[in-house]
Amino acid sequence: MKAAVVVFPGANCDEDTRWALEQVCGVPTQMVWYREPVPEDADLILLPGGFSYGDYLRAGALARFAPAMESVRQAAERGRLVLGICNGFQILVEAHLLPGVLLRNACLQFLCKDVWMKTVRTDTPFTRGLPEVVQMPIAHGMGNYFIDPDGLKALQDNGQIVFQYCDRAGRVTPEANPNGSVANIAGIINRAGNVLGMMPHPERASEDALGSHDGRLLFESAIEALARV
Amino acid sequence: MKGKVIVRLKPEVSDPQGMTIQQTVAKLGFGGVKKVRAGKCFEIELDAPDRRSAEKLLNGLCDRILANPIIEDYTFEIEE
Repeated sequence: MKAAVVVFPGANCDEDTRWALEQVCGVPTQMVWYREPVPEDADLILLPGGFSYGDYLRAGALARFAPAMESVRQAAERGRLVLGICNGFQILVEAHLLPGVLLRNACLQFLCKDVWMKTVRTDTPFTRGLPEVVQMPIAHGMGNYFIDPDGLKALQDNGQIVFQYCDRAGRVTPEANPNGSVANIAGIINRAGNVLGMMPHPERASEDALGSHDGRLLFESAIEALARV
Repeated sequence: MKGKVIVRLKPEVSDPQGMTIQQTVAKLGFGGVKKVRAGKCFEIELDAPDRRSAEKLLNGLCDRILANPIIEDYTFEIEE
């Protein structure tokens, strides 16, 4: 199998993501410049964190129109696995590959800290084998997930909420919500189950030296899911 | 022609930026400021033959990129 990381101007987690895939998980990983299409043989496509286009207009709003994104859309339609992390999640919602939108954090501060998340779904290609509660860092100013009540109901009815911010014991409480996200949402998946967007950074939690290896479990889940196909 | 586009958060979307500005100006002694909502303004120079085509251009621009319809509304004015 092969992974691809799309490099947008202003991305800053692209190399960390490559490291986690290649050095930690042993998956050949191609870096794809945003002006180029993602190769058709890429099984796992990553949209990394950072500040594409300086977050101008709205986070992800301009990256959505980058040439690489058309190939990401086509790959998603073909059922390839697509993972958007942080800014990658913001790009996926702006591109309408995932519903909702990410607003400025309710507290207005840029948040850079470890959070706990409840793994709501352990039957997606990305989350098999994940513990019920995982720890990963967040680093964002605009991670406040918003969707209207009808949209939230659809997410709940279709089982699209994959991660919710929680406390260490797995309780999804208002106090455990760092940024004001609707329903403590930290990550959602599309209805087809192959496009995941999340604000926390699995690549920054992929080795014990980083404080957590829960992120590695997520990458390994995707790799195993692809090996089964 | 010139277009002036205002993009605002929809009323039901919370605006922490506006709330913080309101709290700060209240601390500065501007007691009469009850509520602030922050938005965006775009001044756009247009190459359009008439007003109608300028409106069409601006609507297309706002719908496709300047505003996110999930959270934002827009209005615009055209100066000839």
